[in-house]
Amino acid sequence: MGRYVIRRLLQMIPVFIGSTFLIFFMVYALGDPVAALFGDRAPDPATAAQIRHDLYLDHSLPAQYIHYMGNLFKGDFGTAFNGQSVLQLMGDAFPVTIRLTIVAIIFEIIIGITLGVLTGMKRGKPVDTGVLLLTLVVISVPTFVTGYVLQYIFGVQLKWTAPSVSPSAPFNELILPGLVLALVSLAYVTRLTRTSIAENTRGDYVRTAVAKGLPRRRVIIRHLLRNSLIPVVTFIGTDIGALMGGAIVTERIFNIHGVGYNLYQGILRNNAPTVVGFVTILVLVFLIANLLVDLLYAVLDPRIRYA
Amino acid sequence: MPDGHDPHGHDPLEPIDPSQGPIAPAGGYGGGFDLANADAETLEKGPSHAQEPGGPAGKPRSLWSDAWRDLRRNPIFIISALIILFLVFISLWPGTIATQDPLAANLAKAQAGPEAGHPFGFDSQGRDVYTRVVYGARASVTVGVCATLGVVILGSILGGLAGFFVGWWDAVLSRISDIFFGIPVVLGGLVFLSVVTNSSVWPVIGFMVLLGWPQIARIARGSVITARQNDYVQAARALGAGNSRMLLRHIAPNAVAPVIVVGTIALGTYIALEATLSYLGVGLKPPTVSWGIDISDASSQIRNAPHMLLWPAGALSLTVLAFIMLGDAVRDALDPKLR
Amino acid sequence: MRGATRVKWAAGAVVVALAAGACGGGSSGGGGSTNGIVRASWGDPQNPLEPADTNEVQGGKVLDMIFRGLKKYNPKTAAAENWIAQSITSTDSQTFDIKLKSGWTFSNGEPVNADSFINAWNYGAALKNAQLNASFFAPIAGYAQVHPDATGASAVTDKLSGLHKVSDTEFTVKLSSKFALFPDTLGYSAFYPLPQSFFTNHSAWLAKPIGNGPYEISSYTKGTGMNLVKWDGYKGSDAASNKGVDLRVYTDNNTAYTDLQAGNLDLVDDIPASQLKNVKNDLGSRYINVPAGIIQTIAFPLYSSRWNTPNSAKIRQGLSMAINRQQITQQIFQNTRTPASDWTSPVLGDAGGFKQGLCGQECTYNPSKAKQVIAQAGGLPGGHITISYNADTGSHKEWVDAVCNSINNALGNNTACVGAPVGTFADFRNKITNKQQNDPFRAGWQMDYPLIQDFLQPQYYTNASSNDSHYSNANFDNLVNQANAASSSSESVSKFQDAEKQLVIDMPAIPLWYQNGSAGYSSNVSNVFLNPFSVPVYNEINVK
Repeated sequence: MGRYVIRRLLQMIPVFIGSTFLIFFMVYALGDPVAALFGDRAPDPATAAQIRHDLYLDHSLPAQYIHYMGNLFKGDFGTAFNGQSVLQLMGDAFPVTIRLTIVAIIFEIIIGITLGVLTGMKRGKPVDTGVLLLTLVVISVPTFVTGYVLQYIFGVQLKWTAPSVSPSAPFNELILPGLVLALVSLAYVTRLTRTSIAENTRGDYVRTAVAKGLPRRRVIIRHLLRNSLIPVVTFIGTDIGALMGGAIVTERIFNIHGVGYNLYQGILRNNAPTVVGFVTILVLVFLIANLLVDLLYAVLDPRIRYA
Repeated sequence: MPDGHDPHGHDPLEPIDPSQGPIAPAGGYGGGFDLANADAETLEKGPSHAQEPGGPAGKPRSLWSDAWRDLRRNPIFIISALIILFLVFISLWPGTIATQDPLAANLAKAQAGPEAGHPFGFDSQGRDVYTRVVYGARASVTVGVCATLGVVILGSILGGLAGFFVGWWDAVLSRISDIFFGIPVVLGGLVFLSVVTNSSVWPVIGFMVLLGWPQIARIARGSVITARQNDYVQAARALGAGNSRMLLRHIAPNAVAPVIVVGTIALGTYIALEATLSYLGVGLKPPTVSWGIDISDASSQIRNAPHMLLWPAGALSLTVLAFIMLGDAVRDALDPKLR
Repeated sequence: MRGATRVKWAAGAVVVALAAGACGGGSSGGGGSTNGIVRASWGDPQNPLEPADTNEVQGGKVLDMIFRGLKKYNPKTAAAENWIAQSITSTDSQTFDIKLKSGWTFSNGEPVNADSFINAWNYGAALKNAQLNASFFAPIAGYAQVHPDATGASAVTDKLSGLHKVSDTEFTVKLSSKFALFPDTLGYSAFYPLPQSFFTNHSAWLAKPIGNGPYEISSYTKGTGMNLVKWDGYKGSDAASNKGVDLRVYTDNNTAYTDLQAGNLDLVDDIPASQLKNVKNDLGSRYINVPAGIIQTIAFPLYSSRWNTPNSAKIRQGLSMAINRQQITQQIFQNTRTPASDWTSPVLGDAGGFKQGLCGQECTYNPSKAKQVIAQAGGLPGGHITISYNADTGSHKEWVDAVCNSINNALGNNTACVGAPVGTFADFRNKITNKQQNDPFRAGWQMDYPLIQDFLQPQYYTNASSNDSHYSNANFDNLVNQANAASSSSESVSKFQDAEKQLVIDMPAIPLWYQNGSAGYSSNVSNVFLNPFSVPVYNEINVK
């Protein structure tokens, strides 16, 4: 097990190099960022050349990449066009986004799994039908709309909460945004849990457990749920990245200056240091999340072992 | 609700062994707890599947043909198939039920409500919402179905192999998928799709497959890792079953459920993602009509003209519902525990 | 005179991405008492807040609060008035003698003197500083030595030879050629003075800029917000009538608007397009919708073989007549834009050169004539056209689609014109800069200074800095030259208008509409209005 973990951690190195290069290349492929700095005015060639020189953009792609990586190992993640260091941008954005993601995942786990168990046990009952309808709504109505409507109801009409999150973004202000962010994933988690539960209710071990006369709660939690969780855990593992990097809409609705927004700005402005910096950290987060998921497999199903 | 209507508990062709009646302690649970029913399902199958691997080698009834036989009798399958056929029909021949031009715009009618000849009202450009919902089916259903198929096929093959063979194959595939996870949709869309200038749906579909496969791959990998631990798989291996036979006959049917669930929901999200790409200026190009584009256009007008959102979103819901039902039916048909 | 567009692109950015916002950035929190502080919406500045490096409206907003220059544009009439300048005189329209009022200081106590301007302008012009607004200094003699034009060239010196200090309160500016209106450009933010601390401790200054305006910055958190407080040492007559302004960065103007509705914000200077229908209901008289110095057009790539044929001017005129401006401004923009009938802006006023109807029937909706004109000229090139726009900022899709639909309805062909989104503004601009457009594209112009010259010369003079169409007409150029050399402003204006009439004939860009500034405010504040640049006049706002 220990060796397995070490091996997995070592695999981060090629992934790190691969993803930085891929993203660097993709931002490069977006095109020249300098002309856009001048707004609608045509850039004067000398100033543009000076800016390219200052940003090391007047070199070939491989040279730019090596220069970037060299700086990276010195702890210099580069600078965004507004003059802020990318390191500082990340330092501001990641804590907020991590808090938002935690809230969302807690919602996924608590609401998603609860609803999944409920509907899985009561297939065809009104509660199952009701949850299915909610699922359809969540999938069909854009996050922008659900987010805006909830924000309007709770922020403007009921005044339970401020419509926008304050810059420090404490947990209690992130409850509504976290719920909005979690909505689509909730649909997945609920239906995955429901399906697993429904399948496993037919499993031998459940029959055995019931035959032994174990209490219902224990059957559900100890046997049914535990064995049903692997797909759910896998999904949540894959979802962490989407939640952290792709929360652009939610972040905008609630004015959260998180990873999604910074990444989006970096991409629109073709700013390689910003994009590569943020994505690299995100990829490392996936690697760790996936490792944890794999380790959780072994916890949930003791038959699975890692050499 | 058709989705929850579980036919297997009551399949008349599968006589329930009366000696193995429900064992759930009578009255032991709250009124709503349907363990009795679940038990009936469980019990009727008995442990027969354990024999399957070594079963009669002569003429095994294929699991897949069994599944098909089950499916045809499943009312959920029939309902979902009818909806899907209808969607295919209007995708191919939208003109049969919508006689107007989806591009015809009368700005004076912008965001107006329903009136004679325009049952769903008008959008912000004064186009007929009903006509656009009908015409939007082609692009949206094509994108949803093809992207889902592509993602599911590519993802489950790669992920399934990773979960089955583990070792370096798993390491390489999983790490590649980690990198793909890292590509932000916005960045990928701008890089890969901004070079596309025609209004075809295929680049969009290709892009979704390119970025979507890692998720299904990880789900499939997890399922296969679990499934290959099952006794009967170990038994089959001990009996010398080949890899492909094990994968197809024993592991795939046990691992397919989560993939189907994620796939059917993803189908809806791909249709919505198409709108995100269009919003970024890299999705389907005008004059293509799609639900996604109309939903996206409508969402900012939610306070002014909710009908603009209601109808295309309703059409999207119906589509997702049909495929969720189909997925449920297929999954049930493939479930070996029911065989 | 480079044109100005500082906002053009920001104008778009503002609409969707960078809405503004405000709610006590950290200090004053949610609703209730605000202690005389205005809580206003803001967008993250795109560049460091150096005066010569700020070319968009969000950064410009702050600079206009913390700085005052030689001239100030009257927030109501747009007239350029002497501010720190005691006088600016010239005998030959080429060398200007600038005398400063005495007693002005920066908020750190440093005096505002001739060196404050000379050093700032030298810094802004120097190539090594790569300032985005460097070209504003181009008229000054010696610019070519500090900022050679060619790629890769290096500067000979870092001092503009045209700047000469006479005394602490007087300096002269020599231009490389005559430019009578030069003094009127000096209200632009690139020409603001800078204190010594800008040069001695640059990074500290950038972290918390120090100026000489009615406000000083008490705290600035990049990406989040800025707190400005009234500077009690301010010498000007336009001291702040509130205790300060909290600017809060909003990434979406919808959120700012919702915060305004919830009472967490006092001022939103950009009403989201989707709320325009409700804004009168929501805010009543606390909604402002006034003309601003912004015009939107559809520009044509006159370098493309599709648009440089003898008949293509006729086709452009036909397209212009096919656009139902009145209906689009009503239905899409809820009257926050006004149909355009010339290439300037109503904020110039009739004396300043705005002339309603100058374009005549060529800018008047007439679908049957449009169809006829286009048919006579041989039809659209290749049978159909696209109108390209950037999708990342501004809600351009809706109006571009509406313009195309209007054209399609006129021509009776639903695919004659379609919108062509481009993913990013950067890509969009690169395609224009590199002359890769083959079909019309959206264009907009926000004035740098309220002169008719600024609307015409940068965009339509041969090889001018923002001549994206690459339009070139000898008669137009000639009339502009005459206008610049004119002895009176009325003569100058009339020459510019003569030049403008050439645009009707050639139609290098179709005028669409004049954009208004829109804003909404809470019942906490009063005396809120927008200047001709569509920026709120913060120092005039009263807090209840």
